[in-house]
Amino acid sequence: MLFMNDKDEYSSQPVKEKVQMLPLGDTAVTVSFGDKIDETINQQARVLSNYLDSHPFPGMKETVVGYTAVTVYYDPVTVFKHHPQTVPFSSVKEILSGALAAADGDKHESKERVRHIPVCYGGAFGPDLHVVAALHGRSEQEVVRRHSETAYRVYMIGFTPGFPYLGGLPEDLATPRRKSPRLSVPAGSVGIAGSQTGVYPFASPGGWQIIGRTPIKLFDLKRDPPNRLQAGDRLYFDPITPDQFKHWKGAKGHDPACE
Amino acid sequence: MTLLVNKPGMLSTIQDLGRNGWQKAGVSTSGAMDSWALRLANALVGNEPGAACLEITLSGPELCFEEGHWIAITGADLSPVIGDRRVPMNRPVYVRKGTVLAFTVPVKGLRTYLAVDGGIDVPEVLGSRSTALQAQFGGLNGRAIQSGDRLPAGRKSAFPHRLLQKDEAFYYVNWTVNPRLLPYHHPRLIRVVAGREWAAFSKPARRNFLYTAYEVTRDSNRMGARLSGLKLELKKEKSLISSPVSVGTVQVPANGQPILLLQDRQTTGGYPMIAHVISADLPKAAQARPGDKLSFRKVSLEEAQRLLIDQEKKLQSIIRSIRIKRSEF
Repeated sequence: MLFMNDKDEYSSQPVKEKVQMLPLGDTAVTVSFGDKIDETINQQARVLSNYLDSHPFPGMKETVVGYTAVTVYYDPVTVFKHHPQTVPFSSVKEILSGALAAADGDKHESKERVRHIPVCYGGAFGPDLHVVAALHGRSEQEVVRRHSETAYRVYMIGFTPGFPYLGGLPEDLATPRRKSPRLSVPAGSVGIAGSQTGVYPFASPGGWQIIGRTPIKLFDLKRDPPNRLQAGDRLYFDPITPDQFKHWKGAKGHDPACE
Repeated sequence: MTLLVNKPGMLSTIQDLGRNGWQKAGVSTSGAMDSWALRLANALVGNEPGAACLEITLSGPELCFEEGHWIAITGADLSPVIGDRRVPMNRPVYVRKGTVLAFTVPVKGLRTYLAVDGGIDVPEVLGSRSTALQAQFGGLNGRAIQSGDRLPAGRKSAFPHRLLQKDEAFYYVNWTVNPRLLPYHHPRLIRVVAGREWAAFSKPARRNFLYTAYEVTRDSNRMGARLSGLKLELKKEKSLISSPVSVGTVQVPANGQPILLLQDRQTTGGYPMIAHVISADLPKAAQARPGDKLSFRKVSLEEAQRLLIDQEKKLQSIIRSIRIKRSEF
């Protein structure tokens, strides 16, 4: 081909221009794909993270997916041993540029993981369900239906072990935090804070509006891996009765989250 | 079973070089706050660099050795004693079975590392023996040590020791690490590189951060050192999306008082990051006590990484020399 069409040559440029590599101190770099919470941006981050996890470079310690970026932790000393001609950050940037191009090549992300979390809504398990219902002028049943019919996306795990940052809460369920936070919220509590919804993996103080509780552990060292959820998961909350909650078995075969 | 805890001290935890690969699951790295001191202690007793040690904070424990051991004490000088005799730091010390090690006056620094030959042999959890205090796993049942605990030591090195006299509780070698090689010069001067929001902070804020001192407050722990000083403000309010943070990250919540994130930090944060302490100065930061006033100096990322590589070269040559010295026994 003698002449190249401008469009072909530059068509992939706009996306690439948005990719930024920013140092996070002297032992990590954040590869950022944008600055807003967005499914496509988060997916780009996951694609690069998956690629790096299966093709780690010498000195790479780990990768963590954020809402809009992947943070890559590395040991500058090991990187320098392999690339003594330049400063480790520059070497890592170059390696990551290569990884970006290669990850772009095998874009077909592995099949989406779907996870179901059983939740007993309302009552003693969800003392703020009535607050959410009253605020939006709905019945408690409607709030439960709306919250449990929605497909959520796990954007990232962080804050505490196993805590999922979820996207997808219907706007008409968004509810401000409690004015005075509770001193202790039980492990497994499902709550709403502003336009976020999530699950407390451990008992902790908290200001979220608690609408239910799950009997399963989001982080359990007896399991391998211990975290029930990972970035990229499609997540559903399945309503269960207080009786089901009481008799919930974490054992395999009884656990819909164990698929 | 080999180390009996008579008294636990203020906060003594089992730590190694930390947990890698689980931040994506929200698990922080934990591990020794002063990893330089931990690696030195291990080298002195012939352990692998990442063997588990006891990290001791400010007021030390009282420990009874139920077997004879080579030990080494590095990091902060908290006046280790056996009976009424000082135990020298930064060198191999042989302690006889039945000896009680205690700590008296905290002279310098905050965190001491006690290595025993064979390392402290608690089970690995997610690839590390470090105690994760918040999540309550790792180390000894996920908590600080308590009176009555027994800390198991691993298989001892075949490092010979001479016979002790009847009334002799311990003895030590006649060499030590040259204090000039320790990474604690100018202990209150901490070098940083710019953080992601550096330019978003107001000019006075950036000036304050670099030219006035920030005091380590009592609210500091293994998660982070809360600092207090002149308020640090953004040019204009900015709401950030939570994102991963790192050890050494200095983040500034709305009250304008910076927090230096340490080994047990949460894995993600949503506050603006003004700076990051360079890795070569993390040992100094780990040794800063509540009440200490820290001054920050900004260096380039290139210089930060060069300093770390130099520091590592120095430590490696110390470790090599220790090996040679030990082989002369």
